Amino acid sequence: MILKQLSVFVENKEGRMKDITQVLKDSNINIQTASLADTTEYGMLRLIVSDPDLAKAKLREAGFPVSITDVLAVKANDSIGFLHDLLCKLEGNISSIEYMYTLPTEDGPVVILKVANPEEIEKVLEEV
Amino acid sequence: MIWNEAKECMSRDEMEHLQSTRLVKQVNYVYHNVEYYRKKMQAAGLEPGDIRGIEDITKLPFTTKDDLRNTYPCGLFAVPRSEVVRIHASSGTTGKATVVGYTRRDIEIWSECVSRVLAMAGVGKNDTVQVSYGYGLFTGGLGAHYGVENVGATVVPLSTGNTKKQLTMMKDLGVTSIMCTPSYLMYLTESIEEQGILDELQLKSAVCGAEPWTEEMRNQIESRLHIKAHDIYGLSEIMGPGVAGDCVYHKGLHINEDHFLPEIISADTLTPIGDGEIGELVFTTLTKEALPLIRYRTKDLTSISHGKCDCGRTTARLSRFVGRSDDMLIIRGVNVFPSQVEAALLEMGEVSPNYLMIVDRVNNLDTLEVLVEVDEKFFSDEIKELENLTKKITHVLQQALLIAPKVKLVEPKTLERSEGKAKRVIDKRKL
Repeated sequence: MILKQLSVFVENKEGRMKDITQVLKDSNINIQTASLADTTEYGMLRLIVSDPDLAKAKLREAGFPVSITDVLAVKANDSIGFLHDLLCKLEGNISSIEYMYTLPTEDGPVVILKVANPEEIEKVLEEV
Repeated sequence: MIWNEAKECMSRDEMEHLQSTRLVKQVNYVYHNVEYYRKKMQAAGLEPGDIRGIEDITKLPFTTKDDLRNTYPCGLFAVPRSEVVRIHASSGTTGKATVVGYTRRDIEIWSECVSRVLAMAGVGKNDTVQVSYGYGLFTGGLGAHYGVENVGATVVPLSTGNTKKQLTMMKDLGVTSIMCTPSYLMYLTESIEEQGILDELQLKSAVCGAEPWTEEMRNQIESRLHIKAHDIYGLSEIMGPGVAGDCVYHKGLHINEDHFLPEIISADTLTPIGDGEIGELVFTTLTKEALPLIRYRTKDLTSISHGKCDCGRTTARLSRFVGRSDDMLIIRGVNVFPSQVEAALLEMGEVSPNYLMIVDRVNNLDTLEVLVEVDEKFFSDEIKELENLTKKITHVLQQALLIAPKVKLVEPKTLERSEGKAKRVIDKRKL
């Protein structure tokens, strides 16, 4: 499945994360999962939310640079070798995985992958 | 469109003759009405009779900001308070504020000068002009305002701030021209693009000044707003905006030299230098009544050229400003002007020209940090792309400045926006 992920540029300043969560809470948007990539100067907050388009509009209004990126979501099962098997299936079809994190759902965890060609990969996985 | 052809298109001989006549009169006037100047001239062994024309200008002592500070607030005024109809004060960005005053006639001449610049930008009585300079002690707002009224155009006095209202008025009133600082216009441009209302505007021109800007910034404003942008120059000590402005050919700023006699001097030797050479701009007011100044050192660095412009005007022209001698930073022995950073960023085209330079000294070594706002148009969610952008900016700035800065990306609109003047430099060095 392809999901719309929200990416927000955050300066390393006290309270900045809280400003973002405030906007989302006030707009009645649920954060399903969050992943924070950090550098010394700034962070990149990646979010899967209940309404990505509304979240983007509200965060923009609040002055955050924000973009929506298509990411690949793959249902995971809690078993030895799952991730390895997944990577084996992907081998030869992707140049690199930019980043990866998980999203908990009622039906168990989902692995979120940022790849250059999510649609193609989705097809590959369906065929397997 | 030329506002005052008789004055703006004079032959060089006629202009010099007029300037000489007025200079002799002005020197006489300050000698007899300003004690500070009289003493200064006496100390230099000068009498008014020694000045017979503009060729004698170099005999006169310079006036600096310190002279205005020493006589704060009104010690250099040449008229009694009853003749002063208005006071302005400089923004005091480089120290204590300086107070300036105007007689009724000074205001008339000021309005005339602003009208000439508006005419250069094609603004006439059918235009609606939004004045988004600060109104108050700053000369920008009221100076522009009176000029627009004098032209007969409709003035919308919005002053600065409240961007939403600025854009609503611009749209609803069909504003055709705006006067504000170039950095504020950049800010408005971003807002116009964000709201996607460019098609609903009737804006044709902008007359920007009060801070130095680059050709690249003018190009950006022109192409993003589909308008013509013109430069207006001035300083409160001499009058305010309208001392000079650029015509449609953008080949330098025409000086209203029948009222302000320009000189360019070498900043080292303080002696006059020739056309085309960069030095410090010095002005002598020729017709001012309330606050006449003799050889006032502006600290602005530029060059001057004579010769008829394609527009028909013959007034002397200032080249685009290199910067101010007091804006110049010496970092690790290298001369750096903030305008170089702006030009380099705009040329790159991948970031907004909003930047802040922070200079510090760590272990006796100067450091330069440049904060640059990430532009949402070029924003990537991948760290490696942002790191590449940082590297690219560092490289471009290093090429332009000849020293390597540390570049830091910051959120858009976090750097202070100018509603008066942009703050571009923080120098933390304790020397």
